[in-house]
Amino acid sequence: MTTGVTDPFAYHAPATVREASQALSRYRGDAKLLAGGHSLIPMMKLRIASPQAIVDLRNIDDLKGISETDDGGLMIGSMTTYHELITSDLVNSKAQAISEAAAQVADTQVRNWGTIGGSLAHADPAGDLPAVAVALDFQIHASSARSDRTISCDRFFRGYLETALRANEVLTGVSCAASGDGSGSAYVKLANKASHYAIVGVAAAISIDAGGMCTAARIGITGAGPHAVRSRRAERILVGKELTSNVIARAAQRGGAELAGLFNDDVHASAEYREAMTKVYTERAIALAMERASG
Amino acid sequence: MTTGTLIGQEVKRVEDQALITGRGQYVDDLRLPGLLHIAIVRSPYGHAKINNIDVSAAANAPGVVAVFTGADLSEQLGSLPAGWLLDEEATGMKAPEHPPLAIEKVRYVGDAVAAVVGSSPAAASDAVALVEVDYEPLDAVTDAEQATADGAPVVHDDAPGNLAFDWAVGAGDYDAAAAEADVVVSERIVNQRLIPNPMEARGIMADYNAGTEQLTIWTSTQIPHLVRLLFALVTGHPEHKVRVIAPDVGGGFGCKLYLYAEEVICGIIAKNLERPVKWIESRTENYVATTHGRDHIADAEICGTSDGIVTGLKVHVYANLGGYLSTFAPAIPTILFGLMLGGCYKFENLSCQVKGVFTNTTPVDAYRGAGRPEATYVVERMMERYAHEIGRDVLGVRRRNFVRPFKRGHDMPIGVTYDSGNYQGALAAALDKFDYQAFRQEQRDARREGRLLGVGFSTYIEICGMAPSAVAGALGAGAGLWESSTVRVHPTGTVTVFTGTSPHGQGHETTLAQITSSRLGVPMQNIEVVHGDTERHQFGTGTFGSRSLAVGGQALMMSLDKVIEKAKKIAAHEMGVDAKQVRFENGTFYVEDIQEREIPWGDVALGAYWAKNLPDGLEPGLEAVSFFDPQNFTWPFGTHIAVIEIDEVTGETKLNRYVAIDDVGNVINPMIVDGMVHGGIAQGVGQALQECAVYSDDGQLLTGSMMDYAVPTAEDFPTFETGRTVTPTTVNALGAKGAGETGTIAASPAVVNAAVDALKHLGVKHLNMPLSPERMWRTIQDAKEERRARRSAAARRGN
Ligand SMILES: Cc1cc2nc3c(=O)[nH]c(=O)nc-3n(C[C@H](O)[C@H](O)[C@H](O)COP(=O)(O)OP(=O)(O)OC[C@H]3O[C@@H](n4cnc5c(N)ncnc54)[C@H](O)[C@@H]3O)c2cc1C
Repeated sequence: MTTGVTDPFAYHAPATVREASQALSRYRGDAKLLAGGHSLIPMMKLRIASPQAIVDLRNIDDLKGISETDDGGLMIGSMTTYHELITSDLVNSKAQAISEAAAQVADTQVRNWGTIGGSLAHADPAGDLPAVAVALDFQIHASSARSDRTISCDRFFRGYLETALRANEVLTGVSCAASGDGSGSAYVKLANKASHYAIVGVAAAISIDAGGMCTAARIGITGAGPHAVRSRRAERILVGKELTSNVIARAAQRGGAELAGLFNDDVHASAEYREAMTKVYTERAIALAMERASG
Repeated sequence: MTTGTLIGQEVKRVEDQALITGRGQYVDDLRLPGLLHIAIVRSPYGHAKINNIDVSAAANAPGVVAVFTGADLSEQLGSLPAGWLLDEEATGMKAPEHPPLAIEKVRYVGDAVAAVVGSSPAAASDAVALVEVDYEPLDAVTDAEQATADGAPVVHDDAPGNLAFDWAVGAGDYDAAAAEADVVVSERIVNQRLIPNPMEARGIMADYNAGTEQLTIWTSTQIPHLVRLLFALVTGHPEHKVRVIAPDVGGGFGCKLYLYAEEVICGIIAKNLERPVKWIESRTENYVATTHGRDHIADAEICGTSDGIVTGLKVHVYANLGGYLSTFAPAIPTILFGLMLGGCYKFENLSCQVKGVFTNTTPVDAYRGAGRPEATYVVERMMERYAHEIGRDVLGVRRRNFVRPFKRGHDMPIGVTYDSGNYQGALAAALDKFDYQAFRQEQRDARREGRLLGVGFSTYIEICGMAPSAVAGALGAGAGLWESSTVRVHPTGTVTVFTGTSPHGQGHETTLAQITSSRLGVPMQNIEVVHGDTERHQFGTGTFGSRSLAVGGQALMMSLDKVIEKAKKIAAHEMGVDAKQVRFENGTFYVEDIQEREIPWGDVALGAYWAKNLPDGLEPGLEAVSFFDPQNFTWPFGTHIAVIEIDEVTGETKLNRYVAIDDVGNVINPMIVDGMVHGGIAQGVGQALQECAVYSDDGQLLTGSMMDYAVPTAEDFPTFETGRTVTPTTVNALGAKGAGETGTIAASPAVVNAAVDALKHLGVKHLNMPLSPERMWRTIQDAKEERRARRSAAARRGN
């Protein structure tokens, strides 16, 4: 039974990514980066996490800001808050699912503090942005003191609260292609009424050609299983077809098939319900993305 | 300002400026020099024997001043008392020992085991993990029905079968009525456990003056006077040397209505160390260490004629009381539940049996409505269940069974007397706002489009104005339930009102000042309402059961009358007339027909203290004290209507509309009453749709934080459409019944009735709360499955 007080910790707030990474190395895995703090601090107050040191990313300017890349895509710094995502014209016009998901995160306080980098790095099984990362094919940029690399979202989410990030790496930002004519994205979720985390959340990105054929589809699912997954089996049914309600329904039936036997089962929902709702929300996400793609 | 002008006015709450600008003073805002901090070591087990407690590591940790176990304090601390004991002979009432710090056994997750005192909250918290408790886990039981089964783990050795009491009440002859009835319908109705969640968790600061032996305790409570009394009883510290102060209190909803272990622990530790100490409850602790509410399993049966006359109701309840009896626990599922089962209906045969059961869970006590929501839920749910069974409209059936309007008392078969009522009137007023026929059409149209709409009603009645003391005493109350007031007029004519009620969000500072201003003609800013301090005010009872205005307001009226009467004597003497000739209006004393004889309020106040020209034998000063003990409770009522929509595919259920007509008698401040009604509806709808405390079988609270326990927020609600009818009570001169709990009492049956209405065509007859998406989805799936099976069976038969 905790009293809401964390264990003692040292605090650092470096000004560069390099220094932050060095601090992580110095504490040999016993330091935590601090972004918005809305996942980390609750765990510290419950003493589930008791790091020796906190390395606050707030002073690192390189991690902030949203910009357009040379090829017209989006570049989002890891310290960008949900609020900034929701209110960014660039994000709204180029990758609607991002702001749509951010707007459904928790409540105003959390949205004012929580960051895209924190959400992805934390990889909560019920976090919203991981599903969008998968659907929008995020390229995730990570730096250590010595090297920089880019990780594809398909290889990023590894397990329950587990990502491809190394212990001394800082997630610096993400980039993704812009949705142009004939493409659209959407995020829909069934929220847990208490925290608003996803019981099931589904993001879809759909492209269609002039003839109404689906040329590309990516579907990301969160909340349902141990981590965000891509539903390739559903995607396969869509690509190369005209997206009639029939086709969408058939694809939806395969929504989350990758998670068979792995669906979460807890006080908020049984595995059976999550499985059924994954299909329902897959259908809704595809339909909405499709509508946007054709709009 | 004329006398009476502020009654019924939407005066802005005088307390809000400070509260919303951060100038409130809650316990955690208070500081004292040399303050030490307490952290409590709590049981991680639902049920376990304590073999040994080793505090040495904790005691030697940096910043730790002392560590106390139950054994260390057992000489100084008695058992925490249950303040309401049912008749032992009739009910087998058992009130096992409740040590403030567990000694031999822990009985629920969160049970306090030791107290660590540190120089900072962090030092005390860090050392909690260093207290080594050797627990021997025992089998636990968390469900009240299972706890009464043979072979269930025993929570208290002196309560065999885990029964705290087996209480019964009745009227007429239910069995005979059921035997004669055309229709008998039964249903198991669960009223799930809720967690009160006040904005401010509990907090306590205690300070001991070794010179005067005076102990001061600041605590976030609804009952400072009773805390002082009970504290004195448990600790033996003389009552007159204990001062209890409830500073600003951030909500209670009933969960701050008891003497808690931490209150006596902090008080005694402050005394032992001769240092001030503070304990602030974390939200995590609040979920397990502060009382819960509801948790009934009721087997209900209703009987009646096939054309809509209800003849009887039978209700058997397992009421989960948790690991120990909290202060008022035995009263909630009995008196406040059983006596309400007649609803606002005429039926004469009632049979109610309640088994109060110990389990390995957090103690259960009052939660906003306390017993009445549980009763109303059973009654209003069963009324609709019965109406559906006989194929009649739910409103028609209600109208047929309503008690006729009455102004001065109606005796109910169960033995209580309702004060005044007009149940038809409230229903009619609600239907003015809600076009029932149009809704039924909309519902049919929607169903064709695949949308599931439903409407549910709750024509509730409740019991408020907790009093009268003699009745409560006869039913088991261990304290009086009257209320007291003092009105102190100062020489300049400004006024301090002292009340024994203890507001924690209800706005008494405003309401009581409005009454005072209206009676004395003194402007609001010249009136101060003081509460929540046992040293500033004489003994009082506190704020709960919507009693503060109905009982405390009347106590204030009596003191105001006394002050005016004395002031008239002084004014008469000054004017050289008989006191009988003096009129008092708008703050002016005058004699009718004699224009020039007029004395303002301020002059009389000054005269009372200057005392150079007082009538013979009249004491100086202008102050009065009153105690009001009413002859009856008050009985608010009303009609609430909920409209919900269910997503057939996912089961998600949304409240589309909510209409509430309440009759709380006369209203002093409509804005405050609206606020109370809104908050109550939010909590009642919260129970119906999403709140639920869940325990694992071994006693872990699985919904132990706001991340898992779904407290509703503004976005979950439409704009409530509220209104009132006014049927004044005769129990007090204000005519006010009480308005604090109508929402929680009325809302949950209205919403569940609406959900059943939406699914009726699928054959659904009852739903348990909360109406979570999964529950609704399953219900719809099962109902459709059943219908398919029926159809194919029929088709086979047809072949
Ligand atoms: C009441 C409440 C409700 C919530 N509801 C939702 C919800 O509905 N949907 C949802 O998606 N989330 C929800 N959250 C979680 C919230 O979105 C968090 O803010 C988010 O998951 C983490 O982001 P953060 O910036 O707060 O990260 P932090 O808490 O600061 O960090 C989280 C973890 O990520 C690591 N980290 C942070 N930044 C980086 C980085 N740049 N590089 C490497 N590692 C990093 C930290 O070391 C830490 O381990 C909720 C949180 C709360 C408190």
